[in-house]
Amino acid sequence: MLEDKDRIFKNLYNDMGVDVLSSKNRGDWAETKEIFSKGKDWIINEIKSSELRGRGGAGFPTGLKWSFAPKEVGSRPHYLVINADESEPGTCKDRDILRFEPHKLIEGCLIASYAVNAHKCYIYVRGEYFSEGLKLQKAIDEAYEKNLIGHNASGTGWDLDIYIHYGAGAYICGEETALLESIEGKKGLPRLKPPFPALVGLYGCPTIVNNVETIAVVPTILRKGAKWFSSIGKPKNTGTKIFCISGNVNKPCNVEEEMGIPLKDLIEKHAGGVIGGWENLKAVIPGGSSMPMLPKEICEKISMDFDSLIANKSGLGTAGVVVINKDQDIIKCMARIARFYKHESCGQCTPCREGSGWMWRMLERMTKGEASREEVDMLYDVTKQIEGHTICAFGEGSAWPVQGLLRHFKKEVIKRNNFNPLVNKNKNIPYLVDQHLLEKENA
Amino acid sequence: MSFKKIGKDQPENFEFNAENIDIAKKTISNYPKDKQQSAVMTLLYLAQRQNENWIPLSAMKYIAKFLNMPYIKVYEVATFYSMYNLAPVGKFFYQICTTTPCMLRGANDLVSVCKSKISKKENNISSHSNSSWTEVECLGACVNGPMIQINDEYYEDLDKEKLEKIIDQSTKGEKPRPGSYRGRINSEPENKRTTLMEVKNA
Repeated sequence: MLEDKDRIFKNLYNDMGVDVLSSKNRGDWAETKEIFSKGKDWIINEIKSSELRGRGGAGFPTGLKWSFAPKEVGSRPHYLVINADESEPGTCKDRDILRFEPHKLIEGCLIASYAVNAHKCYIYVRGEYFSEGLKLQKAIDEAYEKNLIGHNASGTGWDLDIYIHYGAGAYICGEETALLESIEGKKGLPRLKPPFPALVGLYGCPTIVNNVETIAVVPTILRKGAKWFSSIGKPKNTGTKIFCISGNVNKPCNVEEEMGIPLKDLIEKHAGGVIGGWENLKAVIPGGSSMPMLPKEICEKISMDFDSLIANKSGLGTAGVVVINKDQDIIKCMARIARFYKHESCGQCTPCREGSGWMWRMLERMTKGEASREEVDMLYDVTKQIEGHTICAFGEGSAWPVQGLLRHFKKEVIKRNNFNPLVNKNKNIPYLVDQHLLEKENA
Repeated sequence: MSFKKIGKDQPENFEFNAENIDIAKKTISNYPKDKQQSAVMTLLYLAQRQNENWIPLSAMKYIAKFLNMPYIKVYEVATFYSMYNLAPVGKFFYQICTTTPCMLRGANDLVSVCKSKISKKENNISSHSNSSWTEVECLGACVNGPMIQINDEYYEDLDKEKLEKIIDQSTKGEKPRPGSYRGRINSEPENKRTTLMEVKNA
């Protein structure tokens, strides 16, 4: 278990105040100038050797991403964009960083913008986080006042302006290219990649998009050293991570832990255990709703890091752990997630727009036991039609959880939906169009 | 994709008040020259705040002129994002998160409270308390579920009785206290903390 001295977000529960002075007391804004004096290449290499992976869900190595930005600024300016559009069900870590550790984020913005040659940084905060946005704005104003950012920020000779851009309630804007479209004042429709934002991003200029948590840990890594960071966790899955444990646990909470902590420890030690005891556990969604759920047998042994979860056909995602116990109807839970994706699909690609609605409707019927045995396989087929046939990863995000349900709980779904198709058995099911034919003898 | 209804009774004219014009101009200056379209989301939001929490079509036309962009593009943005209300909502706008993490902890009970205390149907403004409610997707406070958002504030760790009390309070004109309703601090584990012990009450 991680010791308190190794935790990065010491103010996760707001014991110490948010203002710049108390932030400085816990180590923020120290040695910023010294870090700058070591140069861009040193910063990027240090982040590379710390093996920090993006905390927004995909787990892309951050140092590598930064190195994709052009080394010299050409005719187009560079931008840094921070993705604070946290809307993945089960995830609420960025919210606590925005409201309680804003100075870590702002300092991270300064360092990252220097590393990628950007003088302007936009923080895209989801519209619902109105009061969190106000707190962040207050911290930004404070930083300007103390000349920590702005012209000649912190005495480093680097100029940086930070602006907040509010979203307005669209999950899809958490996808990096949709986010850029949204900042440009358009609908949040993801763009085709390539070209990647590092070369053609915001306003067609080179842009680096990073998650809030990724940027907020950067200053601490550079101060304490890449070695310290990579000594925590597992190889290739280093460092600490804020886990959000929600659902059927006794004490749902946010907690910062090392990567690779066993899931069982996380639930039993920090979240007070599953309601009704560990034996009452049904399934766990390990990384926000887009990641396939894991049944109890796997939860016993699994450790929470990118690679172990991928090996079990799931993923760490945003580390939003949703615990589901045996008192819940697992198909109903999944149907609700499918409804979420149906609601949030941007409608650009047909497989996703139509398929997400299909999955939702089928799952709603399966909850009630109104589907036939063959439809269970048909549902799997629909998920396969969506996956990989869309512009952005939303298609996978909506299809994978349904696949996860069918992978681990297919028996249960079939048990509830186990009648033969209508031809063999007359059952009154109003959604079938040709039901009237049943009444006719020679139809 | 979500479905949006445009309000039937539309006001003829809309103009920003002086304060909002200042904010709008400042927002435009946050973006590079000739990229004033970027400010459209903030301007729509300002219009919504100024006009009793919903955006009339005339406001979209006004913003289109303000930013020198086609009206249809403003309309596209206003209909795409779910937080823009295109029809009137109550003075107290209850948004209940019912996505799975909240549902697991009883968000559907909150929906039934709203049905009995505010209005039977979603988005119908109740006659007696000038409020309306709607189900929304994940609001990003999952460890504090079930939760609702009333206008700008989050109310967390609720159950049936607590929500009933909150509704009564706001109907009377008092402002209920935002935050957790189970007495814990923010998103820490209830009762007994497992991390950051030394800094507690620092």
